[in-house]
Amino acid sequence: MEKKQKAARGILTVAAGAAIGLTSGLFGGGGGMLCVPLLERVLKEETKVAHATAILVILPITAASAVMYIINGFFELTPVLSAGAGVVAGGVCGALLLKKLPAKLVAFIFSLLMIAAGVVMVLRK
Amino acid sequence: MKIFLYILIGLAGGVLGGLGMGGGTLLIPLLTLFTGTGQHAAQTVNLVAFIPMSAVALAIHLKNRLVKWKYLLLVSLPALPAAVGASFLAKAVVGAKLGRWFGIFLIVLGVYQLAGVAIKFFKERKEKNMKKVAAGTEV
Repeated sequence: MEKKQKAARGILTVAAGAAIGLTSGLFGGGGGMLCVPLLERVLKEETKVAHATAILVILPITAASAVMYIINGFFELTPVLSAGAGVVAGGVCGALLLKKLPAKLVAFIFSLLMIAAGVVMVLRK
Repeated sequence: MKIFLYILIGLAGGVLGGLGMGGGTLLIPLLTLFTGTGQHAAQTVNLVAFIPMSAVALAIHLKNRLVKWKYLLLVSLPALPAAVGASFLAKAVVGAKLGRWFGIFLIVLGVYQLAGVAIKFFKERKEKNMKKVAAGTEV
């Protein structure tokens, strides 16, 4: 029983890995949002460890996708440099704010924003 | 002028990313909707910007001993060929179509997250009520 469970978890992890790669390559992001629940729910790691480990796991996948996008000619210097600088600066602020904001409220507002942005993108043109 | 808009959008996406909310998922639609950046180029921005940001975050997490290395190969090895394959699929699709797929992906993630928040909210309320009931019997 124990062995079977372990094997099932291994297969699920490898499959989830493939799915994370697929979203990273196809959508240029979103892998973390699959990786965190994998680590938390399937591999039973605590929330903080799941978030931290997800970054380690996603990093080489993102790097590979980034190289592919650059090879395929989608790199534009101005938005990468300016928005990229904003992302890095904002990322530090966000990490510092993490302890001060009500996490559930932020997650709630963020999920509504995602749905709204998704609907706009689907309906556009 | 457009550069300021790029920086502003980057900041917004970065803050959300730092909060652990998957900032890229909003950075990409913000770029395409408000600056007219193509879907593919916006995705490239997110991919490239993630690398320095996550390197900083990872260094902090490593120092705090929150990172478990044992999952690296198990998840990343199957992910790498999938990512390379999917990037060619992305290349083969025109931007408008890829944008619509991305929109569907966003809606699914948003609904999933909303459900997670709702479940947590009701669970905690139930626990609070039970504590109130338990306290009430003592008074």
